[in-house]
Amino acid sequence: MSDRMRIALMLAPAMLVIAVLFVGGTGALVLRSLGYMPLIGLHEPSLDAYAAILSAPEFYASLGLSLYISITSTLLSAVLAVLAALLLRQGFAGRRLVTYLFQLNLTVPHLIGAIGILALFSQSGSLARIGFHAGMLAKPADFPVLVNDPYAIGIIAQYVWKEVPFIGLIVLAMLQSLGDDLEAVARNLGASRWQSFRYVLLPQLLPGVVSASALVFAFTFGAYEIPALLGQNHPVALPVLAMRAFTSVDLADRPVAMAMALVIAALGASMVWLVFRFAPGGRQ
Amino acid sequence: MSGAGPVLRTLAGAAMALALMAPLVPLAVWSFARGWRFPDLLPQEWTLQAWRHALSGSSGVLESLGVSLFIAACTAALSVAAAIPAGRALGLYRFRGKPLVILLMLAPTIVPGLASGFGLQQVFLAFGLTGSLGGVILVHLIPALPYAVLVLAAVFAGFDPAFEQQARSLGAGPAQVFAHVTWPAIRPGVLVAALFAFLVSWSQYSLTLIIGGGQVVTLPLLLFGFAASGRHDLAGAIGIVSVLPGALILIFSARSLTGRSPAAGGLGPI
Repeated sequence: MSDRMRIALMLAPAMLVIAVLFVGGTGALVLRSLGYMPLIGLHEPSLDAYAAILSAPEFYASLGLSLYISITSTLLSAVLAVLAALLLRQGFAGRRLVTYLFQLNLTVPHLIGAIGILALFSQSGSLARIGFHAGMLAKPADFPVLVNDPYAIGIIAQYVWKEVPFIGLIVLAMLQSLGDDLEAVARNLGASRWQSFRYVLLPQLLPGVVSASALVFAFTFGAYEIPALLGQNHPVALPVLAMRAFTSVDLADRPVAMAMALVIAALGASMVWLVFRFAPGGRQ
Repeated sequence: MSGAGPVLRTLAGAAMALALMAPLVPLAVWSFARGWRFPDLLPQEWTLQAWRHALSGSSGVLESLGVSLFIAACTAALSVAAAIPAGRALGLYRFRGKPLVILLMLAPTIVPGLASGFGLQQVFLAFGLTGSLGGVILVHLIPALPYAVLVLAAVFAGFDPAFEQQARSLGAGPAQVFAHVTWPAIRPGVLVAALFAFLVSWSQYSLTLIIGGGQVVTLPLLLFGFAASGRHDLAGAIGIVSVLPGALILIFSARSLTGRSPAAGGLGPI
């Protein structure tokens, strides 16, 4: 057997799964977004679904909300993750525990984090109770609305909680493979701590941080269960709007759901592509 | 930051630990609480009621736990079975079209489950796969397989096939070579890949909802229902159960504290 043949055979099972389920699924999504659904008698492809979402104010409100949630969560996570990784690189009492919690958090399902945020941030939640005992409020209604709120604070808090460890562990691994020789050189040459961070360390970390952040953006932009649980009723995040259309009793809404899912996937993927293509050092 | 003194660093570390644990603590407390009302910091009364109810069968928790474990185990086994040869091809060989293969393998980690799930739903319906365990396992492969392939490609990148040739030249058959040379070398990586795939499936929500159609009730689906209807005690208990596999995996894999954990350095030699 030739090498080419062998390699093709080795790749075959995994490629089959990806080609049939992922490529096939996405292809079916495109067809259905065009209203091509032979099962319910729709044989003529049309752009009606796209026209419908593009003329619906609801769509733009949801798109704006989702962009705001993803951009805010990504930026906050990236900054906090770099700070956290810098801290974890150094020795301090309890570092092993914090590192373990960091890794544990990565394995916690997003939904669990969302329910935890609910228990923590709701108006009768743990934070409100602490506020009560600190004499800062007298009744639950005095506590600010932090879940199911217009600023999506609960959603963003959940994403930041989950994604800081994700980016942070990548940065930590980079820090460990970089070592601190270059920083030491910079310091010897008279750079301040800030300067050696800003001009020596940060440029080396940036590619990793940017790539990880792009993945976070794409994930937060397409996730359903977190905004479904922690979001307000109107406007809802784009994936929630898409899921509502998908589960609507009116079958005519299906192409609209498909078109929205496609917009979500396309925007998320192009964000990742842009970052890998153009960001400073943004490659593999 | 690097300028901070030891005390400041310890304080910052404590704040981090607190923030990381904060959402999980109320879940644990709720699962042992009876009517934990505002403004009590801790419940007036502790009880095992939620746990008893969760374990009683009538709550559906045990059934969902079984469904989740079965789906995640099958997803992990299938992912690894496909990822071992694929990881070998990607880790050991250069070939034409490799960048495209890598792109295709990684694409599902970027494209949300909503997209392929919506697209597949009608196709699965036609094949009678919606609402079935098999259908849910199949769609869970989409997000799980890429991680298994990534881990195993890294494993094979650090594997020297010369050992296999030596064994063969000493008279070993292909099966013997795999059993005595290849498998022992890749086993730790296979385990990590399986655990990754398991956790991806274990955490999955939207794909299960779309393809399971409400008939395949995994733990996250049951949990969402309890949380949305205000059953904090049961949600707390299920939440704790849901965190356990990840916690156990971390303890047993024990590569924890080096930052070379599979999670962080999944592309490095493992």
